[in-house]
Amino acid sequence: MKVITLRLTLSAAMLAVAFCTAGRAEDRGVPARQGLKAKLEYCKTCHGLSGQGYLGYFPMPRLAGQQPEYIEAQLRAFIERRRTNPIMFNVAHVLSPTMLTALATHFRNLDPKPFGGAPRGSIATGKRIYEEGLPESNVPACAACHGTEGKGQNEIPRLAGQVYAYTVGQLTGWKKERGQGSAVDTSAIMAPTAHNLTRSQVEAVAAYVSYLQ
Amino acid sequence: MHKPRKLEVMKRIGLKIAILAIVASTVPAWAGDGESASVRNCTWCHGTSGQGYMVAPRLAGQRSQYIESQLRSYREHTRDNPFSKQYMWGAVAALGPHAGRDLAIYFATIAPKAANDGDKDLAARGRAIYLDGIPEANIVSCYACHGPNAEGVRDIPRLGGLAYFYLKGRLEQWGQGYHSGVESPMPLAASHLGPDEIEALASYLSFVR
Repeated sequence: MKVITLRLTLSAAMLAVAFCTAGRAEDRGVPARQGLKAKLEYCKTCHGLSGQGYLGYFPMPRLAGQQPEYIEAQLRAFIERRRTNPIMFNVAHVLSPTMLTALATHFRNLDPKPFGGAPRGSIATGKRIYEEGLPESNVPACAACHGTEGKGQNEIPRLAGQVYAYTVGQLTGWKKERGQGSAVDTSAIMAPTAHNLTRSQVEAVAAYVSYLQ
Repeated sequence: MHKPRKLEVMKRIGLKIAILAIVASTVPAWAGDGESASVRNCTWCHGTSGQGYMVAPRLAGQRSQYIESQLRSYREHTRDNPFSKQYMWGAVAALGPHAGRDLAIYFATIAPKAANDGDKDLAARGRAIYLDGIPEANIVSCYACHGPNAEGVRDIPRLGGLAYFYLKGRLEQWGQGYHSGVESPMPLAASHLGPDEIEALASYLSFVR
């Protein structure tokens, strides 16, 4: 009797080990092709069929050409609730680390035209703020970190071609969405700058970068 | 319970189509006193005050930009599901963009009533899919585009309170390869929905006011 119980326990343990490694095999390698294709379609349903962004009830940011490190960092922030967004929490928490990397790599290589649609009246003001900052308001030049062409680098996001309403929403609501909880978060770098920009300055910068290719 | 109901509905649709066909040929005879006549041409199928009737969806409270974009898609033959092809392509053929906009604005301002004709037992599941999608199955959240109360925005339609059969039919048609406007994400969004999810969503939405 004892032997049987022991055997059962042993085989159960082996099964558990086997399942663990099966689960991890996907994480170590490349996600199955079908799985990646379906997940990409899922992303693009909201973020635009070429990743150029979309205006739903909420603005969906452009992912095309985005820095992979930034995409990965944000997906992790959604999962850990450092960045609050109920839709993106649901989306992100089922992604395996491998899938997350594969998605980020895919979007980096897309290059559709900007989504467009931003008001054009304040583009010149936006360009000046972007390139020179507003020294009197303690706003550094955006170009200093995001690059003169707005392409970003590593965890610093690409802004070129970003959907206007999305950029406006992020900059005006920075502290309500980003850097939540007690964990350290790179979003803190932007907090004072977002705070020091007026609404019309935010709109000017957002319009300017939305047309950068 | 389900099958006989469907049969009954199909019978009623058949009858309605027969009546429509007769009436459609007589419409020009009494059309002619400006906007009210063109409104009447719509409400004949779309119900009193545009509240929808059978397969013709509610126009009351619908987003005016959405109505306009659909009128355009009928004119350009991009929306190609059977009833659109059969009725709406012809219905909008003589309708200019100006008259179309006036009609769209008129119907958008009428307060909508919910159809309330879905399966109550499926509403909770439908609501969960509407809000969260099913990420594991690559089913997107409807809420991200159609809004927290399914009210729609700009040219994204209000779904709240539309009739169960209309919602179900539309969701199925995208999966079957029919089109709507150009560059709509809906064919992709609907392609992952199974029959159970479609019934749940259509049921939930029919009760939303």
